[in-house]
Amino acid sequence: MSKLSLAVEISGLKLRNPLMNAAGVLGMTPDILKRVYDSGAGAVISKSIGPEPRRGHPNPTLVRVECGALNAMGLPNPGVEYFVEEIQEIKKMGVPIIASFFGGSTQEFADVAYKLSRAGADALELNASCPNVAEELGMLAADAANVEKVTAAVRDETKLPLFVKLSPNVTNIKSIAVAAEWGGADAITAVNTSKGIAIDINLRRPILANVTGGLSGPAVKPVSLRCVWEVAQAVKIPVIGCGGITTGRDAIEYILAGASALEVGTAVMTHGLDVYKEIADGITCYMENNGFTSISEMVGLAHDYENIGVDNACLGMTK
Amino acid sequence: MPGNDEIRTIIVLDVRREAVDISTIYFKDELTQTAKPGQYLMVWVPGEDEVPMSISTINHNGLSSITVRNVGPTTEILDSLQPGTKLGIRGPYGNSYEIKGEKPLIVAGGSGAASLYPLVEAFIEKGIIPTFILGGRSSDQLLFEDELVDLLKEKLVISTDDGSMGYSGYASGYAALLMAENEYDHVYTCGPELMMAKVFYETEKHNLPIQASLERYIKCAVGLCGNCVVGPYRVCKDGPIFDTEMLDTIREELGVSRLDASGIKVRVNH
Repeated sequence: MSKLSLAVEISGLKLRNPLMNAAGVLGMTPDILKRVYDSGAGAVISKSIGPEPRRGHPNPTLVRVECGALNAMGLPNPGVEYFVEEIQEIKKMGVPIIASFFGGSTQEFADVAYKLSRAGADALELNASCPNVAEELGMLAADAANVEKVTAAVRDETKLPLFVKLSPNVTNIKSIAVAAEWGGADAITAVNTSKGIAIDINLRRPILANVTGGLSGPAVKPVSLRCVWEVAQAVKIPVIGCGGITTGRDAIEYILAGASALEVGTAVMTHGLDVYKEIADGITCYMENNGFTSISEMVGLAHDYENIGVDNACLGMTK
Repeated sequence: MPGNDEIRTIIVLDVRREAVDISTIYFKDELTQTAKPGQYLMVWVPGEDEVPMSISTINHNGLSSITVRNVGPTTEILDSLQPGTKLGIRGPYGNSYEIKGEKPLIVAGGSGAASLYPLVEAFIEKGIIPTFILGGRSSDQLLFEDELVDLLKEKLVISTDDGSMGYSGYASGYAALLMAENEYDHVYTCGPELMMAKVFYETEKHNLPIQASLERYIKCAVGLCGNCVVGPYRVCKDGPIFDTEMLDTIREELGVSRLDASGIKVRVNH
């Protein structure tokens, strides 16, 4: 019997385990990303980097809501020129780094991707779901033709593994995922936050300075999980799951739905940085109880639900 | 949903002018009554911004307070509030001062005295009267001077940058002097970072443990966004109180650099 391993490979990118911090979570400096990695993540993802420095929205930028958080940070980032050095520093620390990025036009997406590749990032994640920056494109992830065009333009500028992160706030996520695949994406990250709002009843106004924001945490898990399920049916490339993953059980659900790797964000607010190790331990426990030795053996198994006999159903549940 | 993350509406009950650019805002809030010395609140001025503020009074007959120095547009509004104004708050957030030592030295610079006042009360409750250096730019900038005299008597000592009262010079210089002349077993400091850095280096000479309250641009306050990081620490969650070991880890940034809103390192200039 071969030894149990949590290692995964996504389009050539080898990771010690499938867990990463979701873009925007603690991706500000090399030192804090190193701490995320040391806490047990398999790789780290930077904040979304754009062509120019952005201060983001004024506060309140985050409000805790039932079973999650609503945020509108407004993509604060130091700009790609500045971040090149940070990537080099992270690489020196021996931490695998995926650079999340965005632009306001097709050309900007391509330019930023080119610079991040040259800087030495291990992979790129195209943030196609920023709702309030891309004037030429609107919310990129809502338009299949634009997603294909931008992905293809980025593809021309980089040989790195290219993930495209989609939004759940669309009518048909399958068509968007297929467009990214046609454009040359190596993997689809599903999904970014769900659009929401919180209102202060005493002050009678929206709490976030940006009025609306993105909902994350356990509140969105069933929606995000459904997105992974649908995207996994639509494309042949790997899917990276994201949305409310807090426990090993959540992680297994995503993997069975078709995710080959996972991004964890809001759980850091509720469980601290130890959450990466806790989730990894939970995955290991499930694999031991069910006789799996690799993550890849489990990816997408739930799609075959009609053929799974009761004899194969597992009884040992993970924590 | 955990209580302290929920935004509550508070009504400003009283405003006390401490100095030309510093005022203390009193209010009632049940969760703030349970705060520990050194913790902070996120204070929301609707339509303007939400800023971190040290809690300067914890539960005096139900009243709590924050103390604000006017350093920008949002604090200018907070520094000119009238009783009856409504604000949003969430918190208390962050770690807190650990009450340690029998002979503590507390070094306060400017509005830094705000977070240290509840610490003094905690020591006195334990029957320990700490030595307290209250530093300010001049004699009309000494925060909580009257209250501290009442609590500490001759253990309160004053330093002013312009020499208008007490020791003439920075509080850090006075702290160095006192550490050389007296036996302390723990040092606490809150104030301008350049001052705190100097106090930290001084404690190293005397092999004294220290706790310092750091300030950074805090956005989320729940340890997620990373905008307030110093070294591997999140000031909002792992701080704001940094002990000797943490300060040693961030030595290259302490008093040197901080992140602006976009995540670019800029100079610490006060």
